Amino acid sequence: MQLEVEITGKHFESAAGERHHVLADIKFSLRAGEVGVFVGPSGCGKSTMLKILAGLDHDYQGKVSRPTAARLGMVFQEPRLLPWRSVEDNIRLAAPSIDEKRLSELFDVLELTEHRSHFPGELSLGLARRVALARAFAIEPDFLILDEPLASLDDALAAHLREQIATLVESRVVITLLVTHNLDDAVHLGDRLFLLSARPARILQEVPIPTPRTTRSAAEINHIKADLVQRRLAKI
Amino acid sequence: MLRLLSFLLFLVTWWIAALLIGDVKLPAPPAVLTVMLREAASGALFINLGATLARVALSFTLAMALGAAIGYLMGRVKLADRIGDPWLILLLNLPALVVIVLAYIWAGLTEVAAIAAIAVNKLPTAVVMLREGTRALDRSLDEMATVFAIPRGRAFRHVILPQLGPYIAAAARSGLSLVWKIVLVAEYLGRPNGVGFEIGVAFQLFDIPLLLAYSLTFAAVVLVIETVLVQPFELRTSRWRPRAA
Repeated sequence: MQLEVEITGKHFESAAGERHHVLADIKFSLRAGEVGVFVGPSGCGKSTMLKILAGLDHDYQGKVSRPTAARLGMVFQEPRLLPWRSVEDNIRLAAPSIDEKRLSELFDVLELTEHRSHFPGELSLGLARRVALARAFAIEPDFLILDEPLASLDDALAAHLREQIATLVESRVVITLLVTHNLDDAVHLGDRLFLLSARPARILQEVPIPTPRTTRSAAEINHIKADLVQRRLAKI
Repeated sequence: MLRLLSFLLFLVTWWIAALLIGDVKLPAPPAVLTVMLREAASGALFINLGATLARVALSFTLAMALGAAIGYLMGRVKLADRIGDPWLILLLNLPALVVIVLAYIWAGLTEVAAIAAIAVNKLPTAVVMLREGTRALDRSLDEMATVFAIPRGRAFRHVILPQLGPYIAAAARSGLSLVWKIVLVAEYLGRPNGVGFEIGVAFQLFDIPLLLAYSLTFAAVVLVIETVLVQPFELRTSRWRPRAA
């Protein structure tokens, strides 16, 4: 099972009629079990790329081959929960066939058990993001897209949630694609990092991380981060 | 408790006004109550009220169903909006009386004409509200439903419809108040029964107790329906919203 992506161009027209070039050269492939992390500056076109990969945007040049019949789970930048349905009902809408045992496990890992009957309006952003993660994992995805799932959370909460994501990613064989501008998230979670340029986005460099996620030491993580900063500076 | 107090205040004001103006133009509450009881005992009050309520129910349901469907279509499809908009403006500004008279001329003094005329009067407000509701739908939730492959019917029921709920409730409330008013005119002009017909008879006979008996009973029924049906529905469609402190 593999994801093959070759996007050669993506344009859109603004309300004023100006044509913008958003994506230029995005070519990569990811195997099941791999976490690919895209790191790039704000506004470079990461979310546009994810929309294409999620099948929400078909107006682009190139080709995206998703594994056939792959179940897609996605965590959007904003949690996108239905405010009129409880936490549990939000998850059950996306995953109607989930059994109680699996749901309880997910709630347990993401520390949501006491919130299952709450409405999204009663949750903090951190909790709402966890619900969005639970929903994405509840469908038992083959292909998982995480669009800045930890943005605008404080450091301690982001680190905690990052550990929870790592646990979930390790728990099943899935193609995972994470977009972030946070190097900590990228190095903690990724197997391969893709450094993106400013708009129009193109892949500047691919950086593999050979050590398995679970055995990376703090020193190694810091070393990779420092290396990434050097690489990014060198490209500017 | 406050509602009861408000009702008592209304009765006292009415009674004092009746004493000042005189029984001929404004009968006191007991005189009207006597007529109400007489009409109720003969069964006429219930038959006429029943006829009016049946017309309201039919025309309201028809207008809401059609209006919601057309409004949703106009909110979703630009072409439908462009084609439908001039019609909508025309219907919104056409006086109710014109629609009722034309309906009676074209279709005769029939039940179908009356119900259709009332429904046509209510239809454009439902269309406008549902069109606005559809335009305000959150596209990011549509995308969520697409990504998670939620079947269209399920997505409509659980993602779209709850967003339209407040607009449907608002259309129902404003539409119902419009229908209550128009149904009496339609009955007055061309039906052989109903509260509007009886008010017409009372007007011709200058029978003010009869006129007030029917008007007040009608108003009481409207109040009960608003309290028992419309307000709980509004509350239900917005119960997930966090309460203001």
